[in-house]
Amino acid sequence: MTNQEIAKLDEILQAHDYNKTLLIAIMQDIQKVYRYLPEEALCYIAKKLKLSEAKIYGVATFYENFSLDPKGKYVIKICDGTACHVRKSVPILEEFQEILGVSEDKTTTDDMMFTVETVSCLGACGLAPVCTVNDHVYPAMTPEKARELIQKLKEGAANED
Amino acid sequence: MKIRTRDELIAKQKKYKASLNSQRKQILICAGTGCVAGGSLKIYDRMKEIIEEKGLRCALILEKEPHDESIGLKKSGCHGFCEMGPLLRIEPMGWLYLKVTLDDCEEIIEKSIIHDEVVERLVYQDETLKSYVKQEDIPFYKKQTRIALEYCGRINAESIAEYIALGGYSAVAKALFDMTPQEIVDEITESCLRGRGGGGFPAGRKWQQVLNQPEEEKYVVCNGDEGDPGAFMDRSMMEGEPHRVIEGMLIAAIATQAHHGYIYVRAEYPLAVERLQTAIDKAMDKGLLGKDILGSGFDFDLHISQGAGAFVCGEGSALTTSIEGNRGMPRVKPPRTVEHGLFDKPTVLNNVETFCNVPPIILNGAKWYQGYGPANNHGTKAFALTGNVKNTGLIEVPMGTTLREVIFDIGGGVKGGDFKAVQIGGPSGGCLCISATEDHLDMKLDFDSLKKVGAMIGSGGLVVMNDKSCMVEVARFFMNFTQNESCGKCVPCREGTKRMLELLTDITEGRGTMEHIELLEKLADTISATALCGLGKTAASPVISTLQYFRDEYIAHVVDKKCPAGQCKALMTLRIDPELCRGCTKCARMCPVGAISGTVKEPHVIDVSKCIKCGACKDGCSFGAVQEQ
Repeated sequence: MTNQEIAKLDEILQAHDYNKTLLIAIMQDIQKVYRYLPEEALCYIAKKLKLSEAKIYGVATFYENFSLDPKGKYVIKICDGTACHVRKSVPILEEFQEILGVSEDKTTTDDMMFTVETVSCLGACGLAPVCTVNDHVYPAMTPEKARELIQKLKEGAANED
Repeated sequence: MKIRTRDELIAKQKKYKASLNSQRKQILICAGTGCVAGGSLKIYDRMKEIIEEKGLRCALILEKEPHDESIGLKKSGCHGFCEMGPLLRIEPMGWLYLKVTLDDCEEIIEKSIIHDEVVERLVYQDETLKSYVKQEDIPFYKKQTRIALEYCGRINAESIAEYIALGGYSAVAKALFDMTPQEIVDEITESCLRGRGGGGFPAGRKWQQVLNQPEEEKYVVCNGDEGDPGAFMDRSMMEGEPHRVIEGMLIAAIATQAHHGYIYVRAEYPLAVERLQTAIDKAMDKGLLGKDILGSGFDFDLHISQGAGAFVCGEGSALTTSIEGNRGMPRVKPPRTVEHGLFDKPTVLNNVETFCNVPPIILNGAKWYQGYGPANNHGTKAFALTGNVKNTGLIEVPMGTTLREVIFDIGGGVKGGDFKAVQIGGPSGGCLCISATEDHLDMKLDFDSLKKVGAMIGSGGLVVMNDKSCMVEVARFFMNFTQNESCGKCVPCREGTKRMLELLTDITEGRGTMEHIELLEKLADTISATALCGLGKTAASPVISTLQYFRDEYIAHVVDKKCPAGQCKALMTLRIDPELCRGCTKCARMCPVGAISGTVKEPHVIDVSKCIKCGACKDGCSFGAVQEQ
């Protein structure tokens, strides 16, 4: 890790008073920086919080939102809650997977642009089926809209470059 | 500036109320997750621009002094009618505009704000084309009674001043100065308020147990880990009336003499976290949280703890251990949370909706609350009405309202087919249905009535299903969910749900036998009897309930190898009706595996051995010639 990265981690730890009980909040902040939880960062906070690496690994692997693998720039979450499921969310997931060439086991594209995941319920059931891209909700999805969305995101990313 | 005494609170309330009432018009734009996704924040910005362009006085926050000409523009909580969003309400007339777009803004300001005219095309019309201008007259709202959701959609969700203007925090003042802790607990006990998170445990009894604990250090925890798929009542309350949640918790703290509180919110609700944090900060500023609240000498601090995506954390002991920074796994009980809860101290743990019911009970008394709902099930319940129903959204009805009223009067009926069943209580709940032997439509929705038929109110998700839903597939869907979310601590849940999922998958994929059904029933019994926590104990409920009411559907899957609803792909056979086929060759071109053959202008045929049942031919056929069998 670079000094800059260590400084960032120290800043996060400091903001939480090095409080062990705030471990989940600390890891959430780290994930905001990296989009995942790098091993070195976890080892570093283990030392600083005086917790075992095993304990930290245990917490990191227990919760669905933590990822030990790097994620894409755009994280697409397709809601498969009951309401979305009965309004046909599976074909939307399949469309995303097909366009991007990803699957349930390999969720991130090789160029690190997109990650496709399902999520149990986003609580936007009134608009089912929904998906989110980096926490922005897209309502009443269809496979066609999924295609358009990917196109738009790709264009957006190209324009940024 | 801090409010230091009860008199100051009353004075502030008068002042804020005068300022609120002086606003000539108010525009309440729904800023719940649903309408935000529909673009309501852009509408808010556009409205602001137009109001300013027209040289009108635009009040984004409540002004200190009353101004007769001011137009209040507010982001409110969820109005509930999510299907029709983005929603916009105009006060004092109580008009509701639906599906508002950026292009409508100018006209709304011109007609409804500057003048007193209705924009007819934006109001609700029923099937007979009858228009409903006032929100309260729309059938969706007419049968509702809002207690927990009282302020949701009625005030600026981010404004503590508007909350105080409508009488907010006066229940806290009453609890602090007019009542002893025991009197507060007695009032709640008498009201029969039962936990709205699912179990229905009497809140008063819980509070009494915590009050009785001799320990100095106690906690009040709010369970906002609303994980049931298909439920979003708590989210709407946290987003739309965060001060109501805080006030309810504060009263619980006064009643049980606890001085620390936590709100546990699931990570999927970022907007709720933001609104709650804003609300806590403002309440701290006003001295309604923190030290010496209203000069009473009572201290209470409140923190937000964010979940990280684990359904099991909705279970009490898992939730408290998660707040402590551990893996959120439940433990054996007793000891109960009321004795050994957060940080091993006595803890009041209630759900968001339960806390939202507390302030009006304290203000109006238990007798008033008993006026709603049947005995022992008093009050109202918020439901998230979703699935195959015309009007999806957030509703609140008195306990004991029938399913028929909810689905047909409020929900406007079933969409895309006939009514088949409603799934209530999420992965722990069961189905209510019309089947050969049962008709639950006139059943009362309350804790005790639902328990009798093997369902539960749960947190309040109501997912309506039409006749195109396969109940075996629905059971498999829930088992898949529970299996994914099983924390793995106890064997019955960890292994049992996995085996049940395998059996259900076999059935939906055509490998099922009658033994599968028998084994499912045995496993369901064992898991329910032996699992460690509520998640495991109720994991089998969707299977037990669908087996009870839709056994013939299971049998059709295993014996006839057919899915009556036509949902299970593996059991579907596609064939082309030679009478209807025009030989256009479209299906042959669309088939990804080349299973369709035939010559132009002659009927085509599907080679069943090659067909992968993807349904592309069926979706593509313009003549409806491809049919499922």
